Amino acid sequence: MISLRGVSKTYQGGVPAVDQLSLDVARGETVVLLGASGCGKTTTLKMINRLVDFDRGEIHVDGRNIADADPVALRRSIGYVFQGVGLFPHWTVAENIAAIPKLLGWSEDRIRIRVDELLARVGLSPDTYRERRPSELSGGQQQRVGVARALAAEANVLLMDEPFGAVDPVTRDGLQQELISMREQLDLTILLVTHDVTEALLLADRIAVMDRGRILQIGRPAELFANPATEIVERLLDMPRRQSAKLQSILHGEEPTNQGSSS
Amino acid sequence: MTAEQFESQLVHLPDYFAHHVLLSVGALSLGILFALPLAGLAVRKPGLAGPMLGVASVVQTIPGLALLALMVPLLGRIGVVPALVALVLYSMLPILRNTVTGAIEVDANVLEAARGIGMTDQQILMRVRFPLAAPVIVAGVRTAAVWTVGMATLSTPVGATSLGNFIFSGLQTQNTAAVLLGCAGSAVLALSLDGLIRLAELAARRRDAKLAWTASILFIIGLGLATAPILADITRTTGRERVTVGAKTFTEQFILAELMADRLRKAGFDVTIREGLGSSVLFDALARNEVDVYVDYSGTIWANQLKRKDTQPAETVLEEMSAWLLARHGISALGRLGFENAYAIAMRRDRAEELNITSLADLAARSANLSIGGDYEFFARPEWIAVRDRYRMVFREERSFDSSLMYKAVFEGHVDAISAFSSDGRIAAFDLLVLEDPFSAFPPYDAVILLSESAAKNPDLIAALTPLVDSLDDSTMRAANRSVDLDHRPVVAVAHALSVDLPN
Repeated sequence: MISLRGVSKTYQGGVPAVDQLSLDVARGETVVLLGASGCGKTTTLKMINRLVDFDRGEIHVDGRNIADADPVALRRSIGYVFQGVGLFPHWTVAENIAAIPKLLGWSEDRIRIRVDELLARVGLSPDTYRERRPSELSGGQQQRVGVARALAAEANVLLMDEPFGAVDPVTRDGLQQELISMREQLDLTILLVTHDVTEALLLADRIAVMDRGRILQIGRPAELFANPATEIVERLLDMPRRQSAKLQSILHGEEPTNQGSSS
Repeated sequence: MTAEQFESQLVHLPDYFAHHVLLSVGALSLGILFALPLAGLAVRKPGLAGPMLGVASVVQTIPGLALLALMVPLLGRIGVVPALVALVLYSMLPILRNTVTGAIEVDANVLEAARGIGMTDQQILMRVRFPLAAPVIVAGVRTAAVWTVGMATLSTPVGATSLGNFIFSGLQTQNTAAVLLGCAGSAVLALSLDGLIRLAELAARRRDAKLAWTASILFIIGLGLATAPILADITRTTGRERVTVGAKTFTEQFILAELMADRLRKAGFDVTIREGLGSSVLFDALARNEVDVYVDYSGTIWANQLKRKDTQPAETVLEEMSAWLLARHGISALGRLGFENAYAIAMRRDRAEELNITSLADLAARSANLSIGGDYEFFARPEWIAVRDRYRMVFREERSFDSSLMYKAVFEGHVDAISAFSSDGRIAAFDLLVLEDPFSAFPPYDAVILLSESAAKNPDLIAALTPLVDSLDDSTMRAANRSVDLDHRPVVAVAHALSVDLPN
């Protein structure tokens, strides 16, 4: 569904942000780009809908070379959930969700039906939230509207840039669960960027660990645990392992053994 | 301030106000119309923003009056057009600056989202940047509205009617009522416009259709009512011929313009007066048939238009001037009014006696320790330069005043001598001594009625004005000036009194 071949990007006067990167995301698959900030994961995501132009390589979405596509039309066909959410503060929730359908010239009726359908799907009661302004929503609710906006024009490719970064853990958990159920119902192909290892493990069919513009290793979470290809991957995955062990011990009533945990 | 003075001004209010509204609302609308697309361009091509705002700021640093005056030679005409162009330029900066700033400073997350969901640059501008910058843009428009209304009062000297007519003529004739009326009128207009814009913004922000309708209806009704006098004027089909009478910036000119207007109206003409115009602006307007008739002074034309530095007897000056005007500009001199309004140097009598000065030669001898005041034009005029050089005067200080304040300035000792007008009633009132000119360095300044090429072809117009020829002697004119300047009689009343005394 999404295919990157030898893609490189160097920002003006800098080191390569993305370096000879190749990646395939199959239809219905969720791939998570995992890495520290500055590793090139967001740049990779932005190149796929041409928010950032790449210097070398080829990107195909749904079999089409995006270099030949009109960037504006391409962006309207791909759902994108932005790191900063970026809801339009002067528009209501309904108008925000309707943004792309409106650009595509859908009829008013079709838009209205679609907006209500999506609000229900992201867990917001249409009658309550339709006319609200983004400023009247909590962070989690804003994220939900952001997801609804990305899906509004029936996109089946969804690019998500740290979509749940700015919300509290309980809300994040809820949103993650909803995403999992939604992608199955809607047969979504998702490429998601995060630096949160746990989130990656929970959501990903496959995880691509990135560092300095390259993919160090790509594979199913269990494969990465079993055979970390590099020290960086190993260290990255060690953290949830340790946390999980500690959680286990707490749950079973044992005293924590590692240092600095109590005082 | 007398009731008579006030009433004589009040009759002009609907007309002046209507012109002022049309001029400032027109300029503001055009300003918005030009500034918004330019701002859009600057936002999309950030390299343009700096130079664009730079140019706008430079325009802004030009004093309002100078910018307006500059438009006359640049556009080659007087009246509404140069005033409108200057006001549009002036109104653009606050709108441009606020729009660019507001549109650039929109939250980067929102902009990224706008681009990411597939908005074109134009859509981002119209649907995201401008709406989000709206409060800042509206603040700019409000600033521009207040500036424009204020600056429109300065369009009087370029020949566009406005509330400035009250202010300029009021200052000149010391008619406080007129000045206050002009100020109050423009304040009311500025506040109303500001209020309407605020209302419109509120309606937009609250998405309140009812409020938006209220604002629009108020605006349309207000505009309609305010400009009704002009619309009535345009649609009026009296079939009467239109004549434009011009006047320079001082009392005598106002009286003469009213006097000629009175004669012309009685002869069935539809008369417009353009007063408060600078000498050369008015002359050029006559040459272009934008003004049909006004009174100028032979010496002024002699020195400023013919560029003559020599002095000749009054008859010679008049003859040569008339021939030159006709040949060069198609302008006809209808004839002398009968009085002279010469530039003359005057001093307080006691000061002159104290310094033992009776003539310009005496003054020149002591000029290094003395100061001289003149009206705005005086020190740049060739006549002064000729006189100064002829007598070898080097004053310690040259100070420019409004001509209405000059006499008071010399009387109160702020300057030692002034460039008085010989027909001014205040020479006698302040008991000033007019210094003799032994070398006849100042040319003669006979008041002459000048007709534009088109006016000269109109026998009815000539018939209406011919009785004025040789009808006003020095003392009559001086008395008339004095009634306005010192007794604070309305110009119209004084002009009417002169007209009544004329043979028909």
